[in-house]
Amino acid sequence: MSVADDVQLAPVKMTAPPAGTVPEVTVAMRSVVAVLGVFPALSGLDLQAGPGEVVLLRGPNGAGKTTVLRACAGLVAIQRGDISVLGCDLRKDRRSVRRRIGLLGHATSLYEDLTVEQNVRFAVRAAAGDVDRIPAALERLDLGGRLRTLGVVHLSAGQRRRVALAALVARAPRLWLLDEPHAGLDPDGRDLLDEVISEASATGTTVLLASHDVDRATRIASRVVLITGGRVVTDSVGDHHVS
Amino acid sequence: MFRDALLVLGKDLRIEARAKVTLRQVAPFVVTVMVLFAFGLDRVLVRDANVADTVTDSVPAAYVVPGLIWLTLLFALLLVVSRSVSIEEEDGAGDALRLSGLDPAGIFLGKAGAIVVQLVALELLLVLGSMLFFQARLHAPLLLLSATALATVGMAAVGTCFGALSSGLRSRETLLPVLVMPVVAPVVLAAVQAWQLALVGEVGDGWPWVRLLIVFAVVYVSFGVLAYGALLEES
Repeated sequence: MSVADDVQLAPVKMTAPPAGTVPEVTVAMRSVVAVLGVFPALSGLDLQAGPGEVVLLRGPNGAGKTTVLRACAGLVAIQRGDISVLGCDLRKDRRSVRRRIGLLGHATSLYEDLTVEQNVRFAVRAAAGDVDRIPAALERLDLGGRLRTLGVVHLSAGQRRRVALAALVARAPRLWLLDEPHAGLDPDGRDLLDEVISEASATGTTVLLASHDVDRATRIASRVVLITGGRVVTDSVGDHHVS
Repeated sequence: MFRDALLVLGKDLRIEARAKVTLRQVAPFVVTVMVLFAFGLDRVLVRDANVADTVTDSVPAAYVVPGLIWLTLLFALLLVVSRSVSIEEEDGAGDALRLSGLDPAGIFLGKAGAIVVQLVALELLLVLGSMLFFQARLHAPLLLLSATALATVGMAAVGTCFGALSSGLRSRETLLPVLVMPVVAPVVLAAVQAWQLALVGEVGDGWPWVRLLIVFAVVYVSFGVLAYGALLEES
């Protein structure tokens, strides 16, 4: 029996929680198997994360970190197992779940021909969010002033990542899925990102974070999960292994 | 659904307003095609007449212009749809659209609506071009407007569906015409017939073609509303 088999998970809740309540478990993946083409990306992966946790997913290339994040967003079809996000079964309530999660992947998912503010506004309005949060989010990510009216096509890679992050902050989803969020950011930008993640975590937002910048990511993570071959190998809190 | 449709429509039109791809690339293409047709058909067209000249075997412009307009619009549709797809592929924006939680039917209506707006602008250009180059005289405005509106909606609906289907494929540029043209052909044929009958003054015979265009528009829009979610997830 592998180490991952020993991970004790709470029963997955598959019914939608009453409106206004916060589920105890934000993400619960149980025995998830996903195959990309012929490649088994997830091989019976179990993972659970609660409100306010910042979970760092680490592992070698091809271990399945990105697939975990995309599976939580319903962008990867799973062959077996269950995924519950924010108390809802992802297969049944995908649309309502998606409005309450935010994914920042390798691509920034921005419209190059829209301005910074137009991109953030579209993301917020699509998720039925509060547009009054937009100015503060842009200021928080140092995107105020002239930058907000600039087309995304004119921005650097680091600035684009900050725009995508501003959209996340303005939308304020309950679950953030961040894939290599530090990539392309300068040192100040990385510090700013860490601050924003910590602030979101303090308000109860769950953050799943895949990163190769382990030293930096470990500083803000409350848990570190090592994934290899599509399975969780170790799951540790600080220096204490829990599996 | 309609709130989401307006949101996506506004976003796509805002992108066009800033990028001006239809204005700077598709519109010149449309004008060029009209000019080439004008030169190519110069000797076989009877201008400013609705009756064939049996002596010279010439063809009245009223019979040729509708075909030119709708075939040119079909080619323009492929460009506009291709652009509509590409803006969702830039920098992974398609993922954002899927993750937005927007109603897929609303996304379909919004994207199709943006294509309709762009096609209408191109239609105005084509009509002006046909009046300039072929001295086409427009009759029966109600029949022309009805046929144009319905055919435009049908074409945009088909283009939006197949655009989503071909999204993300490396061969999208070549696959899109192969998929769209056979399906949209009945719409184009019906629109050409209605226009021809309107231009030669046989208005009564044109309305059955409008009824056919209603059927096409309803079928294609209904299919898009129902199937776009699955198409979006698979793209």
